[in-house]
Amino acid sequence: MATSATVHAHAPQGFIRKYIFSLDHKVIGIQYFFLALTAVWVGMFLSLLMRIHLLWPGASLPLVGEIKPETYLSLLTMHGTIMVFFVLTTAPQGGFGNYFLPIQIGAPDMAFPVLNMLSFWTTFVAFVTIIAAFFVSGGAPLHGWTGYPPLSAIPQAGPGEGLGADLWITSIAIFCLASLMGALNFLTTTLDMRAKGMTMMRLPLTVWSWFITAILGLLAFGVLLSAGILLLMDRNLGTSFYVPLVVVNGQVMGHKGGSPLLWQHLFWFFGHPEVYIAILPGMGVTSQILSTFSRKPIFGYKAMVYAMLAIGFFGFMVWGHHMFMSGMSPYSAFAFSLLTMCIGVPSAIKTFNWLGTMWGGHIRFQTPMLYAIGFVSLFVSGGLSGPFLAQPVLDIQLHDTYFVVGHFHLIMGVAAIFGMFAATYYWFPKMFGRMMNETWGRVHFFITLAGTYAIFMPMHYLGIAGGTRRYSQYTELAYLQKLMPIHQFMTYAAIITIAAQFIFVINLFWSMFRGPRASDNPWQSTTLEWTTATPPPHDNFGGVTPVVNHGPYEYGVPGAARDYVMQTDPATISSH
Amino acid sequence: MATYSPTTRVGQLGGGGDVLPPSNGGGDDGGFQGSSLPNYGARLRRARLGLICAIATVSMVFISLTSAYVVRQGLPTYDGTINSYVRDWGMVQLPWQLLAINTLLLLLSSLTMEAARRDITRRSALAPLKSIPGIALGDEKSFPWLEVTVLLGLGFLVGQWFAWGELKSRGFFVDTNPNSSFVYLLTAAHAVHLLGGIIALLWASITSLQHKPVEGRRIVVDVAAWYWHFMAVLWIYVFALLAFAR
Repeated sequence: MATSATVHAHAPQGFIRKYIFSLDHKVIGIQYFFLALTAVWVGMFLSLLMRIHLLWPGASLPLVGEIKPETYLSLLTMHGTIMVFFVLTTAPQGGFGNYFLPIQIGAPDMAFPVLNMLSFWTTFVAFVTIIAAFFVSGGAPLHGWTGYPPLSAIPQAGPGEGLGADLWITSIAIFCLASLMGALNFLTTTLDMRAKGMTMMRLPLTVWSWFITAILGLLAFGVLLSAGILLLMDRNLGTSFYVPLVVVNGQVMGHKGGSPLLWQHLFWFFGHPEVYIAILPGMGVTSQILSTFSRKPIFGYKAMVYAMLAIGFFGFMVWGHHMFMSGMSPYSAFAFSLLTMCIGVPSAIKTFNWLGTMWGGHIRFQTPMLYAIGFVSLFVSGGLSGPFLAQPVLDIQLHDTYFVVGHFHLIMGVAAIFGMFAATYYWFPKMFGRMMNETWGRVHFFITLAGTYAIFMPMHYLGIAGGTRRYSQYTELAYLQKLMPIHQFMTYAAIITIAAQFIFVINLFWSMFRGPRASDNPWQSTTLEWTTATPPPHDNFGGVTPVVNHGPYEYGVPGAARDYVMQTDPATISSH
Repeated sequence: MATYSPTTRVGQLGGGGDVLPPSNGGGDDGGFQGSSLPNYGARLRRARLGLICAIATVSMVFISLTSAYVVRQGLPTYDGTINSYVRDWGMVQLPWQLLAINTLLLLLSSLTMEAARRDITRRSALAPLKSIPGIALGDEKSFPWLEVTVLLGLGFLVGQWFAWGELKSRGFFVDTNPNSSFVYLLTAAHAVHLLGGIIALLWASITSLQHKPVEGRRIVVDVAAWYWHFMAVLWIYVFALLAFAR
């Protein structure tokens, strides 16, 4: 068999093989990370334009000029799509998962390195494709990130629904292929490449979260791919899968008999698991960090694993709760409602276990820990409005209002992003060999935490008061006009929060080159990535294969000189 | 949860890689990119695992298309002229004979594929013997099963192309009715996936010309074979769906 040393000798030297078309999972992880970082700035800029437009509808803004209603719709479509696919799906799984899953299980690389490279570059092509939609005639599509037909299926339905919408669907289809390749690689790697002694129940919870996310991705993205192909056919080949008999601008379209609900079913069969694809890696890294910085074993390791599996399992059976308003049978709605509420149980188990982990621990309030605690806070705040929306009766009132926007931004958007921040501050030393600035990390945390609550909590009030989402102006309707002060408050909060993100980016790049050198294990953590050099060598462990003797979270060990036992420490430290 | 036993010599615990024992197996670290002495057994297992994932995801694509098929088939459409709901599913006259011949071709190719897989499995098992001095296995001429499979696969695709031409000449286009849309969609989706299998087989044939180690080629052929059988089963399923759930 190959020793890792032979592989080590084969580390590529040329710039292109080493940094561009690299097969090294660590380089690919960093590529994913920077792709997501670029995407999140694009997405954030779009949201800034929207928030400014809501306050000053007539204002002319940089790059886009005056925002017309259709421009506003294309902004929200692109904001949602870019954020969901190229940030929330890309960074936690493609970025950190790629970098750390092989190291945490003691493998020298992913199972299929070429496939790994392909999946990154396919994602990149998908990103370029969706950005291209801004620059074609008609501009970006208007149909929202959910792409409901008939609007999304008829090129004549509005500006941006022509070539822009084709690019949008094509981009998502390409993204699906990339995600499927990635998921296949993650699953095979986790199942087949674990080091000796790394049993499934010794996997760090981060690995479990990436593993379960990959299962969800494997089963969900294929469905979106099929749905997208049907949509492309409706648009370009004259079929009628989704489009009924419709008249656009007095002109009868050639379609008849299709069902827009068919798209909704297929889309949400993907769309709901997608929520967990975004949040599960955040749960994993939060568990890892809370345990490390509380210096305590994770509370209920097995319960955490089973809770994640349960969340993934139920995640496939609740898509109908996005469609309560579609005229669905009340009996179906009841079933979907009940199943949705079921997800509250494993979610609560996780939350209580996180609190139990921190309880009585010697907590170290460093930046990764702050973000992990922030994740728990946002997960609770955003999660609690879930059971509201899961009630068909309440959903009739709240559907398509800012209540929903507030709910999913807190839980799927900001909580997942807090997971990414936590992961960045936590793993930055291992990835780049230097420490990030702690003081500015804390400043960034407190402004971002307060800022995101200030942006998204008022949305709940707005929604209860009847504030509809996706309207480009609230100045024309008397009852909505009264809500404008809330919009003002949210916009100012958004401007401050976005400004604070410069602190993060400057800290990131400054620390990359000027930060103090990091030791191999700066957080005194136990998992395998901290046993190797900083940054890890090409084959991860410098010619040796780790042997695992312990579980992942053995902190606060009584009677020890050191309060933690690393996974590779000798087995003489008995594991009962 | 682990605790220290009283005999633990805590002071000797190292956090760094220096305390790790040398690589001693587990069979999990061979065969990745750049390895000069790949562990073929581990690579085969890994490739098969990857294939299972791929089959799961291709299945999801066809399950969702089937679901769309069934839902679209049952949808009532409002007809203003008679002021009631009608079914607009429509009918398609499938070219039965041509499709039956294609099916036979594909099933036959599955058999030749299996022959190719068994042949290369046998040869890769014998490969280590060749390095023993004094052992000559003889210059055996093996039947080109792989190439025959590729030809049969291409034959199937050409046959499908003719089937589409036949549909066209009978007046059934992609947008004629929902039924014909699905006929084209499902057959095309299957053809695209089969094309992927053909590319894998061509790759295996090309690497055999390059005199790469037979054990490595065996992995490609093995995985391609299982994928190929899956494609045959998938075609039977698609054909049955189009034939019996009209």
